Amino acid sequence: MTLVVQVENKPGVLNRVASLFRRRGFNIESLTVGHTEKPGVSRMTIVVDTDEAGALRIEANLYKLVHVQRVENVTSTPSVFRDLAMIKVAATPETRAEIMQLTHVFRARIVDVNSESLVIETTGAEDKIDGLVEILRGYGILEMARTGRVAMTRGPRPEASANASGQDDSLEDESVSYSV
Amino acid sequence: MKKTGGEIIWECLKREGVKHIFGYPGGAILPAYDALCKYPEIHHVLVRHEQGAAHMADGYARAGGGVGVAIATSGPGATNLVTGIATAMMDSSPIVCITGQVGSKLIGYDAFQETDITGITLPITKHNYLITRAEDLGPAMREAFWLAKSGRPGPVLIDVTKDAQQASCEFDWDEAEPGHRNCCLAASSAAPQYSDALELINHAKRPVILAGHGILLSGAMHEVRAFAERAQVPVAMTLLGIGSFPASHPLNLGMMGMHGEAWVNTAIQEADLLLALGMRFDDRVTGNLKTYAPMAKKIHIEIDQAEVNKNVKIDVALIGDLRQVLGDLLPRVHAGNREPWLSRIQELKGDSAVRDIQNLPDDGHLYAAHVVNDLWRETGGNAVVVTDVGQHQMWEAQYYKHDQPRTLITSGGLGTMGFALPAAIGAKFARPDAEVWVVAGDGGFQMTMAELATIVQERLDIKVAIINNGYLGMVRQWQEFFYERRYKATPLYSPDFVKLAAAFDLPGAAVRQRAEVVPTIRKAREHRGTYVINFCVEQEDSVFPMVPAGADLHAMIRRPSPLVETAQDL
Repeated sequence: MTLVVQVENKPGVLNRVASLFRRRGFNIESLTVGHTEKPGVSRMTIVVDTDEAGALRIEANLYKLVHVQRVENVTSTPSVFRDLAMIKVAATPETRAEIMQLTHVFRARIVDVNSESLVIETTGAEDKIDGLVEILRGYGILEMARTGRVAMTRGPRPEASANASGQDDSLEDESVSYSV
Repeated sequence: MKKTGGEIIWECLKREGVKHIFGYPGGAILPAYDALCKYPEIHHVLVRHEQGAAHMADGYARAGGGVGVAIATSGPGATNLVTGIATAMMDSSPIVCITGQVGSKLIGYDAFQETDITGITLPITKHNYLITRAEDLGPAMREAFWLAKSGRPGPVLIDVTKDAQQASCEFDWDEAEPGHRNCCLAASSAAPQYSDALELINHAKRPVILAGHGILLSGAMHEVRAFAERAQVPVAMTLLGIGSFPASHPLNLGMMGMHGEAWVNTAIQEADLLLALGMRFDDRVTGNLKTYAPMAKKIHIEIDQAEVNKNVKIDVALIGDLRQVLGDLLPRVHAGNREPWLSRIQELKGDSAVRDIQNLPDDGHLYAAHVVNDLWRETGGNAVVVTDVGQHQMWEAQYYKHDQPRTLITSGGLGTMGFALPAAIGAKFARPDAEVWVVAGDGGFQMTMAELATIVQERLDIKVAIINNGYLGMVRQWQEFFYERRYKATPLYSPDFVKLAAAFDLPGAAVRQRAEVVPTIRKAREHRGTYVINFCVEQEDSVFPMVPAGADLHAMIRRPSPLVETAQDL
């Protein structure tokens, strides 16, 4: 399940949200947090291993946190999911060209080149990144950093009403939106 | 108006209408205590342990319906509040706790008596604040009171650094008004499904109302009664729901759950509709969820969305304030005639004749149930009874008939031993004219009995009934039933409670025979002031019926008939 949570950017808010998941026995698979278009509001994308009922429980409990403004379960809403990865791969002069070619196929970018390694930066849905990682594994992955999922629903959406639950955002704008 | 942080604390409390606060001073809260000298209208009750302060604030809130306030210093003062805060959280009791904190520049450096109390209390408060600037205190105080009372009530903690208490700033009450918050309000934007609920209610043949604490918190006693009478629906109560519906009412069933009357649980299991009002289907109420009320549709009227579908799958949920929702439903509920169902319940009651313990002959044993039942008769059911946790708590729930709301004060969700004595002190401050009785076991009483000193210092009139069976009785009962009577760590030495009372200059008496119960209760009631009675009751008596933890609700262990042979008989 992927939840998008908008919170007031107050000290300790990340702790409050994370603590709620722990306290209620849910395991966070990934959590990203950053600024939004609104000053003072942060946006968290939280991926959690649970079912529909569990997601509803989390949502209801999140709304009890003072600093939580809006919770959206975007799991089954048409959405763009992205993950950013930086992968440091061992690269000798012999393998470098090959790796660069693969990088190109995956539309990833080389952001650092060294006589012994390459750093590849890529964004995309997790499965695409997983695919790249699989391919690169053979060359020797020295280091990897992934941001975890960020999510955004497709199409324009009405001004966020604070109490709306995820399902209320209708899919009316689905038709105008395409995957990139 | 320029004020110090310490003064702002009291100014806000005064304006919130707080007249009594419960606390214990210490280094990091001293600037606030010093400022209290300027606020003689606020009465500070010096407790003997901060846990007592939190329980007193809790008891104050539960008995009077307002917000209780506790205050403590940093470090151990703050951590000692924790049990009381968790108790208030589990039972949705509105309290505000104020703690001192080391100076803001020392935070994070393990200063003397520094502890991360906002971190510690994060999961057991509705919200908490760490205030490091005097300017932030007013808004936090006002918001804390609003939060404690709003939606589903609960505890809020404000941790104030010493320098924030000392610093001065402009204070304006109106400017400190909290902004709009949408937390604590229902998350659902769906229109209430009144028609679905009415359809189920009006067509139900065997409905049961499950009356919970939310009725008291919402003040919906009148609506519940009107609803039950109109639709002719019998009412079962949770432990904390006791008092939400008159026990003497013909539609009252009594308490449900682990130690509920057999007919109550059977009625729930046979019901075709459960109407859950401000209750949360606790495991002590449902037993095995797989076999719980298998034939019943479930309507849940609840202010906390997070409680819906948590334990029991709900057919229709109405999220909102109970009083309002019931008020909306009431005119559309058909006047019912559910004679066959009510007759069936009468029939079930007949099956439980041994429960009428009062009619049993005096066999020389003093049973706690007798004590509680006599207490009920003698007080006319009008006392505010504050219990501890354990067997005596269940006997109280079974044998003291509460007709009035907020007359049973007990730690339900957390099951906090040591709750009774301090909570009773808080209750007495909230309702000084009420007759307040503590009913506590010998174990729980010893956990917080130091608060007897608080009682004496405050010259309070609280009657204390210790149900003394020489064991941690409920644990012993579980050892008897489920651990083949291996009474490990449950036999309990107690001091002579009458002599103990005497050490506090309090009168007291010990009771060992049934014939002595009523005269001693009368003597205690006639005495102006606190009186301690040590009821030395049957040692190996158990609470019946009992649904073992996790067992089917209808699979009750019944009281052996005649009464169980005891160790003394053998």
